[in-house]
Amino acid sequence: MPSDTTALQLVLSGDPALFAIVRLSLYVSLSAVVLAALIGIPLGALVALTKFPGRQGVIVLLNALMGLPPVVVGLAVYLALSRSGPLGAFGLLFTAPAMIIAQTVLVTPIIAALTRQTIEDLWIEYRDELTAMNLGPLGRVTALIWDARFSLVTALLAGFGRAAAEVGAIIIVGGNIEGFTRTMTTAIALETSKGDLPLAVGLGLVLIAIVIAVNALAWTARRAGERLAG
Amino acid sequence: MRAPSSELPIVFDGVTVTAGAVTILEDIALTLAPGAPTVLIGPNGSGKSTLLRVAMGLLAPSRGRITWGGLENVPPLRRAIVFQRPAMLRRSAAANIRFALRAAGIPRAEHARRTSELLELVGLGSLADRAARRLSGGEQQRLALARALARDPAVLFLDEPTASLDPTATKAVEDIIRTVSERNIKVVMATHDLGEARRLAGDVVMLHRGRIVETAAAASFFDRPQTAEARTFLAGELLV
Amino acid sequence: MKMLSRRMLIAIAASAVFAGHASAQEKSIVVASTTSTQDSGLFGHILPMFKAKTGIDVKVVAQGTGQALDTARRGDADVVFVHAKPAEEKFLAEGFGVKRYPVMYNDFVLIGPKADPAGIKGSKDIVAALGAIKAKGADFISRGDKSGTHQAELNLWKVAGIDIGKDKGPWYKEIGQGMGAALNTASASNAYVLADRGTWLSFKNRGDLVIAVEGDKRLFNQYGVMLVNPEKHPSVKKDLGQQLIDWLVSSEGQKAIADYKINGEQLFYPNANDSGA
Repeated sequence: MPSDTTALQLVLSGDPALFAIVRLSLYVSLSAVVLAALIGIPLGALVALTKFPGRQGVIVLLNALMGLPPVVVGLAVYLALSRSGPLGAFGLLFTAPAMIIAQTVLVTPIIAALTRQTIEDLWIEYRDELTAMNLGPLGRVTALIWDARFSLVTALLAGFGRAAAEVGAIIIVGGNIEGFTRTMTTAIALETSKGDLPLAVGLGLVLIAIVIAVNALAWTARRAGERLAG
Repeated sequence: MRAPSSELPIVFDGVTVTAGAVTILEDIALTLAPGAPTVLIGPNGSGKSTLLRVAMGLLAPSRGRITWGGLENVPPLRRAIVFQRPAMLRRSAAANIRFALRAAGIPRAEHARRTSELLELVGLGSLADRAARRLSGGEQQRLALARALARDPAVLFLDEPTASLDPTATKAVEDIIRTVSERNIKVVMATHDLGEARRLAGDVVMLHRGRIVETAAAASFFDRPQTAEARTFLAGELLV
Repeated sequence: MKMLSRRMLIAIAASAVFAGHASAQEKSIVVASTTSTQDSGLFGHILPMFKAKTGIDVKVVAQGTGQALDTARRGDADVVFVHAKPAEEKFLAEGFGVKRYPVMYNDFVLIGPKADPAGIKGSKDIVAALGAIKAKGADFISRGDKSGTHQAELNLWKVAGIDIGKDKGPWYKEIGQGMGAALNTASASNAYVLADRGTWLSFKNRGDLVIAVEGDKRLFNQYGVMLVNPEKHPSVKKDLGQQLIDWLVSSEGQKAIADYKINGEQLFYPNANDSGA
């Protein structure tokens, strides 16, 4: 990316390298949120609705894992995916899928913990009705998840925010390779360390704008949905 | 008109319900048979709600037996209950009913027809697409009734259905209850409103501190109460 | 959401994630290199030429020399391209590399504040300059990250007769980061720092910093490239990796290196045919 122009000029001129970086950032973080949701929502619902020994401990653990330091996750995933590590045969290190994996690890506890809280609260409200309708466990879970959909969207947004904002995990497992694993946050880190602060600031503003846009979109969808369904 | 089902009679045999050291129901012997509505009355805390839950199958007795049509442990396929403050799902009124139909295993092909019939029955036809949580208290109570009836129950339990409603809404709900009873669905209802009990009851069961103090046909109960507790209660005095 | 469709969703999501990855594996290699080659813009200049010629994507993971060699030891890179001959020869001796080829050299420069508290500006004697810095306790930023630059810096202190590990004072600050970060820190705190000329030329946040000492032969900085040994790590793409090495030392590659200039100034001097380098 040419570094003697400001990021604003790059955006306005439709610089392809900048857009490639933005596309990669969205691809990695959105994929991680989708995977984290597929794992975290059922997991959170399960913990909310079933009694098992050690349940309180699991809840505390899930809440604590929301604060996993990204660099620690990055290091752990790096060691796992390295050719010398247990999953080395897949050759995933320094690729976009490695970044997705690392961010999924970061985001899943957030979605699981928030889902657990939401579903548990909703269960208290609906327990009598759903039990009286003779619903089995699967029926109850799907009813609760669907009814909680707006709060769950908020949980997904929290997860996306975490993923889009972090750099520690993906810079370790991705290697910040130009054209392949360089995202908005890793590009900002690089340009800052090269001393090109105006460019770094510009990229930062673009990133913030994107996160705001995603949130605004979700908020509009939520408002429309709530108007329809109360 | 419905053929007599296997849910009835519901027979309580020495049913006691305790929660820790507290006894909520003690040694209940009761038969709920097909026919006119059975109304449970008594002061707050007398155990009416708990008795309904046991009859519905939501709560197991700590001691004693309960049978439906002579059998124990019958799943609540043809029983339904309406709670005092029913929980509305975050969807439209019609969708709430469709949910109940699905939960009851009614074939999908029948959903549209039954939904509109039920909405008409409870007078919510024009509010089918309104968000259920936006309905008024009375409308929500009527929707809860429609949801319960969606299960095609043989027995309908109602826990103080009009306690939080104004007179207009109360009348609407009582009219529906009468209609339901005329369709041969057994109604078992708890209320603390004596006027309502008089209006709807075929039989009266009076509870006090977890025990049945008196049961009788409605006319006998209101005109010739046998027990001191019943007389005190009917006189409008506090029964402690 | 039925169980079946949820499982299908996971399968679709996972395969979408990994399908893109599979096709990118086709013709590419991973090169572990140093931040100086990346930050100076050299790779940005020469690698597109290599790709145009061979169709091979070169994915550069830019780390410090120590980290790059460790990455190669773990088998996570196919080629390693760094500038610390003793460390490279140790790497070869351990059996992780096949053969070391000298590629190019550049030089280090001692950067310092315009105000020059150590009084060394314009000197051509790096050893005397370092002695003056220590004597005056002038602020000095060290990369402290086992990189080639860091090792060169440590070596120069040794040549100056200073045991920097023992004799350092609060004026000596080790930051454990790359060249850009070190320059940023030096700029912010008006300190001296040893930098490679390439990174200095493309560094934008200079503040009051200028070149204090240059031209001493001891500031000469040799780069070497090695193929990671496929006998240690069978996953190494030895044919593609060797193509890159062959190109770098070929007259075409060497010319590309020499042609890279910032503001008309050449940064790297190709010397692949200097067998002693």
